[in-house]
Amino acid sequence: MTGTWRLAAGIVAVATVASAQAVIAPNAVEFDEYGEVAQSLTGVPGNPDAGKEVMATRSLGNCVACHQVTAMADVPFHGDVGPSLDGVADRWSEAQLRGIVIDADRTFPDSIMPAFYKTDGFTRPGDGYTGKAAPADLPPILSAQQVEDVVAYLMTLHDE
Amino acid sequence: MRQAKRLVGGGAVLVLLLAGAALADPDHDELIVNGEIEMIVRAPAPPHVENLDEIISGWSFRTDETQALQMDDFDNPGMLGVERALVMFDTPMGTAGQACSSCHETPEALRGVRATYPKWDEERQTVQTVEMQVNECLTERMGAEPLGYDSTEMVDMSALIASVSRGMVVDVAIDGPAQSTWEKGREMYYTRFGQLELACANCHEDNAGRMIRADHLSQGQINGFPAYRLNNAALISVHNRFRGCIRDTRAETFEVGSPEFVALELYVASRGNGLTVEGPSVRN
Ligand code: HEC
Ligand code: HEC
Repeated sequence: MTGTWRLAAGIVAVATVASAQAVIAPNAVEFDEYGEVAQSLTGVPGNPDAGKEVMATRSLGNCVACHQVTAMADVPFHGDVGPSLDGVADRWSEAQLRGIVIDADRTFPDSIMPAFYKTDGFTRPGDGYTGKAAPADLPPILSAQQVEDVVAYLMTLHDE
Repeated sequence: MRQAKRLVGGGAVLVLLLAGAALADPDHDELIVNGEIEMIVRAPAPPHVENLDEIISGWSFRTDETQALQMDDFDNPGMLGVERALVMFDTPMGTAGQACSSCHETPEALRGVRATYPKWDEERQTVQTVEMQVNECLTERMGAEPLGYDSTEMVDMSALIASVSRGMVVDVAIDGPAQSTWEKGREMYYTRFGQLELACANCHEDNAGRMIRADHLSQGQINGFPAYRLNNAALISVHNRFRGCIRDTRAETFEVGSPEFVALELYVASRGNGLTVEGPSVRN
């Protein structure tokens, strides 16, 4: 059972790699002076449905902890620490949104918004929400593809 | 083009943040416990709290239903801990065959303690919390084993000690020998911990009154501790709450009773100088 699953996952991984560039690692991301990231992290187009899921899930993006999104009204308890994300696709380009999700500080200096694709520069990083010390090879909060999925979903958020 | 977009984006942020704050502001209800203990739930911020004009008790941020539970001791589940501690207070513990009441007669003799702790201890040359003081009595005067810093017995005892100071104005000393510990605590309060890089101040100073998912952010005051948390169905100590908040930033936390949390407690307590002691309070 597990074996079959592994095999299937392996094939998907191979297929992805074959059709795409190498994944850009967190410390290799290139920002422009405004915090934009023009290049896709994976070369694989993001899946907006998967992105919406990431944004609603506590252990992943948990974006609704701080942001209201009218199109996500089915998810309970939106916070208002950050601005509403309604219409963000009209306010920002894809490159800008990618930069904001990867490391918001590059767009909004000293932003309270966490960096979702960053692996160093932290004070006492932990291992997820366990309260224990982080492993030496601390992964970013979101994977490269999850970032692309979130950006793809944000690009669907037009006014009206 | 790019600049214009940025400005539009910025304007929207501002308007929405203001609207959000107005929706979820703390209320202006008055807190009188048992119809007799008048609490100060709003007070001018003391001068050492640079970024606030007013300090507000966590009680003001809770729903009417949760607030009501703290207004009468018969409804306050935290008072069960106080009752358990009352029995302990009179029970001889340790090799000296003494109870707390052998030295302190009644819990009321300890009125005022909660309002001034954490406090510099001359003999030990360190800042002591109420819990450290309780363990000092147990081990050095009564010949007993220390209680676990966060054990049920300890939290009960700290609830009893808080309860007899209810209504007294918090007045924690931050100068003299306590100053360096206080400064260490202040530095922690503004340190952005963990993979989420969030400081206490990010949530409890910059965003008090706003919603973070299902939670209405308060100023993170500790004048109500220990707090009975409905979610945990238990009394929760100050350090337990600190540990939870730091863990939620995806950080490696500090231990309850650690020198770091003692310093943070002194600093956070001093941010409440001017509010009244409410423990045991009721929170969700
Ligand atoms: C802890 C709070 C917090 C979390 C969690 C958070 N954000 Fe933000 N976000 C903010 C704040 C605050 C701003 C406003 C910029 C500023 O002041 O730093 C913002 C700004 C933004 C903007 C620009 C909005 C505009 O209209 O200008 C986008 C897009 C965004 N966030 C997306 C996300 C996504 C996607 C996630 C999750 C993957 C997320 N945010 C998680 C706090 C947060
Ligand atoms: C990511 C946001 C966040 C951060 C960062 C954070 N807290 Fe909290 N804290 C909360 C939430 C949510 C609650 C529950 C609602 C409330 O009382 O504010 C809470 C509650 C508290 C309470 C209980 C207040 C009461 O009246 O019951 C205290 C005390 C507290 N926090 C202190 C701290 C301290 C000290 C730090 C830093 C070490 C900190 N918090 C960091 C989100 C946070």
